[in-house]
Amino acid sequence: MSTFRAPLYAALACVALAAGACGAARSGTDTSSAPSARPTDDSKAGIEALYRARMDSARMRYTDADVRFMIGMIGHHAQALVMCRLAPENDAGPRVATLCSRILNSQGDEIVLMQRWLRQRGEFVPQVTIDGIHLEVTGPEYVMHMPGMLSDEQLRELAAARGPDFDRLFLEGMIHHHQGAVGMVDKLFAQDGAAQDEAAFKLANDIQVDQKTEIARMKRMLSELTSANRGNR
Amino acid sequence: MERSTSHRRTLARRLLGRTGALLLSAGLVGAAGCASASGGPAATDEAVAPAARTAPTGDPRVGLEAGLLDAGEATWNLNVVSETPPPEDFVGKTNSDLAFKDHYAIQGNYNGFQIWDISDPSEPSLVVGYVCPASQSDVSVYGNLLFVSAEGLGSRLDCGTQGVKEQVSADRIRGIRIFDISDIEHPKYVSNVQTCRGSHTHSVLVDPDDPENVYVYISGQAPVRPAEELAGCSGASPSEDPNTALFRIEVIRVPLANPEKAAIVSSPRIFENLVAPPQHGLAPEDKAELERARARGAFVFDMGGRSIILPDRYADQMLDSIVRERGGEGAPTGADSAALRARFEKMIAERMGEQGDGPQPGPNQCHDITLYPAIQRAGGACAGYGLLLDIRDPIHPRRLAAVSDSNFSYWHSATFSNDGSKILFTDEWGGGGQPKCRASDPKEWGADAIFTVENGKMRFRSYYKLPAAQTSEENCVAHNGSLIPVPGRDIMVQAWYQGGVSVFDWTDPDHPKEIAFFDRGPVNAETMEMGGSWSAYWYNGVIVSSEIARGLDILELAPSEYLTANEIAAARSAKLDYLNVQGQPRYTWPATYSLARSYLDQLERSGGLPAAEIAASRRELARAEVASEPVRAETLAALAERLEGRASGHAAPKVERLAEAVRELSNAGAPRTAASR
Repeated sequence: MSTFRAPLYAALACVALAAGACGAARSGTDTSSAPSARPTDDSKAGIEALYRARMDSARMRYTDADVRFMIGMIGHHAQALVMCRLAPENDAGPRVATLCSRILNSQGDEIVLMQRWLRQRGEFVPQVTIDGIHLEVTGPEYVMHMPGMLSDEQLRELAAARGPDFDRLFLEGMIHHHQGAVGMVDKLFAQDGAAQDEAAFKLANDIQVDQKTEIARMKRMLSELTSANRGNR
Repeated sequence: MERSTSHRRTLARRLLGRTGALLLSAGLVGAAGCASASGGPAATDEAVAPAARTAPTGDPRVGLEAGLLDAGEATWNLNVVSETPPPEDFVGKTNSDLAFKDHYAIQGNYNGFQIWDISDPSEPSLVVGYVCPASQSDVSVYGNLLFVSAEGLGSRLDCGTQGVKEQVSADRIRGIRIFDISDIEHPKYVSNVQTCRGSHTHSVLVDPDDPENVYVYISGQAPVRPAEELAGCSGASPSEDPNTALFRIEVIRVPLANPEKAAIVSSPRIFENLVAPPQHGLAPEDKAELERARARGAFVFDMGGRSIILPDRYADQMLDSIVRERGGEGAPTGADSAALRARFEKMIAERMGEQGDGPQPGPNQCHDITLYPAIQRAGGACAGYGLLLDIRDPIHPRRLAAVSDSNFSYWHSATFSNDGSKILFTDEWGGGGQPKCRASDPKEWGADAIFTVENGKMRFRSYYKLPAAQTSEENCVAHNGSLIPVPGRDIMVQAWYQGGVSVFDWTDPDHPKEIAFFDRGPVNAETMEMGGSWSAYWYNGVIVSSEIARGLDILELAPSEYLTANEIAAARSAKLDYLNVQGQPRYTWPATYSLARSYLDQLERSGGLPAAEIAASRRELARAEVASEPVRAETLAALAERLEGRASGHAAPKVERLAEAVRELSNAGAPRTAASR
């Protein structure tokens, strides 16, 4: 699945940069032919054509593992949204409410990004529908069974909890959920040829970085919550 | 910021509510995209935040036309000097960070690096485009050496462009590449240092006591490499493997005479025992909650530097147990409440002790570390924390203080004020590839947080976020910036990806204020494509911005009511031989007429001197400037003496600096040279 349209590049490049740096870049000495600070309309159009061609071909550099990762992570993220959407009605404390607002914003954006990544590559794009705690994600069976995802029973338990009980169940569930996502990234990186695509590497890497940071934050919150709870035994 | 707590609360609710509608639309839209078969236009992304396009503001940055090289532009209080598209080898490849040496700007790119001659900023010329792919290609210079970061999985030791397909490979580089640039037109690739997590960023530390070596601090945040690829690498938790590559940074020592002998000399665990640092201060949301709790008479306790609200039913149970202890019954009395307050911490501590809680994990990496050798400090932006480090011993940096922040998602980078009394951290919420400056995104998220450093601790003061709403087609969040050396003020230029470049004043840490900007419309009107300013740094008189998709931009400040021509001229007089922004230099200013006039302009702005005194001082400076000796020196000496007598009240320090600048001018015929490190 990795095709490089090299001849097309070359052709485009030379049309594009006839007045510019064609060939100068690599030799590194011919400063006289360096691109002018104010490119002409023609050279602009050429650069843009080259840019678009490279964007298109960069999108062809991916593996099945990358596709499975994106599809699975859409289902995984969607469940995080289900969990977080409970926060206002279930009287989450302010810290959990803030965390949830951020997760809804960030993971909502990431779902859009992953759907776009798949769409631009002509791959299957899972669709997400949420109705209360009922989540529907179109696609292969595994999309609803990614590591760290909560069972229906766990979700119902979470939906029934209020206040500090909700906070505790939420944090325990979301820590587990995030750990699953980190594991998915580790698994992706452990496969030959995966995450070579720049967008896929960045997305997967950002997910594990953000979620590890959030896991540490949630563990702190959980320990404070349980220490407050222990006071009443 | 000044947002009222109730507003903030409402915002959080609104966000929680709104995302529900959002998600459904994403789902529906996605379904439509599916029905329209393969390769349909990506117009679906429009549905995500329709509000962002019609933000109710008169800001000219809102509504700019999209385009790669012909996007709409908005500028305020600065001029565009040049916009140079990338050379062929780097078109469509991500431009990243910048370093500077002499009159060269070195621009990292995921396909290698580019060296630009910027001696004529209106016409930068490419000296070298060196193809050698690696992400992120973060660049730094020292002496004749150039350092380049490699983190991604596809970077090769031989600089080949074919990538590395195998999960374990001897061809892969993740770490630091070192080039000899003594002949800058012909960089020579001299060595590598491989690290377990690769190098996302790095910072160069110059130890004044060690002229033979330079130190490079490596921050990696990608998953750990398999031990089969690099011996000794372990991604296990510290309890399983004390030598894990997590929870540490790497320090590389580079012998300047033998850079090929560069090697890791230590892996400081600067996060050790970082359990639960005090919060810098509560978010408005948390404050409101506390106020409400206090108002209704709830128990609020301070533990470990933060306030905890005890849920009522737990408080009731604890009160009951106190009532039982004294052999009483019925409703608890005021004395029981007092007893609970007095004993609460002890009760909690006893119970926690019984439970044998283990330490909570701190961050396991830094994103970036800014080293400021002149004050022997470093600011570490490390996942969920901002750290203040003592770097007197370069091999063994020591943590002095740590802060966290409920509004901060990911601590990304740090900048000290020139005098070291303040530190600004950025929050790269969403990793830089997401549109986090929409009208619906909170102002405290993905922003800068400003702290003052007091007795070795950091005290939170305020947030600064790009004030203009951006579209959902523009990745935008706080990113890399540098100081602009305007004497007597803390001014910074900062990149916000497709949010553009923002110049702001944070002299008053409680009220940061934007004073200039440059922005373009989205790269693509239909869908978000990575673009925008990765780094915007001041270097010797100009702002150089590395545009991810569009190349190299050079901007110059224009005088305005917020910044005078004198202040700009004084900033331009502070020259450097080289600059790595994450190895922060301390600026000093040569005694010039611009310097003296800058202070006068500032005193006029603040009302620190009477108008008549300012007018008289300006006249005398003007007279001295055209006079010959001895009139010149005498005029200035008399002015300095008079000003020294004027230094009183809140403006005294500035008047003293003014007097000192005038005194130096009177003593020296010609300005001495500029900045020191």
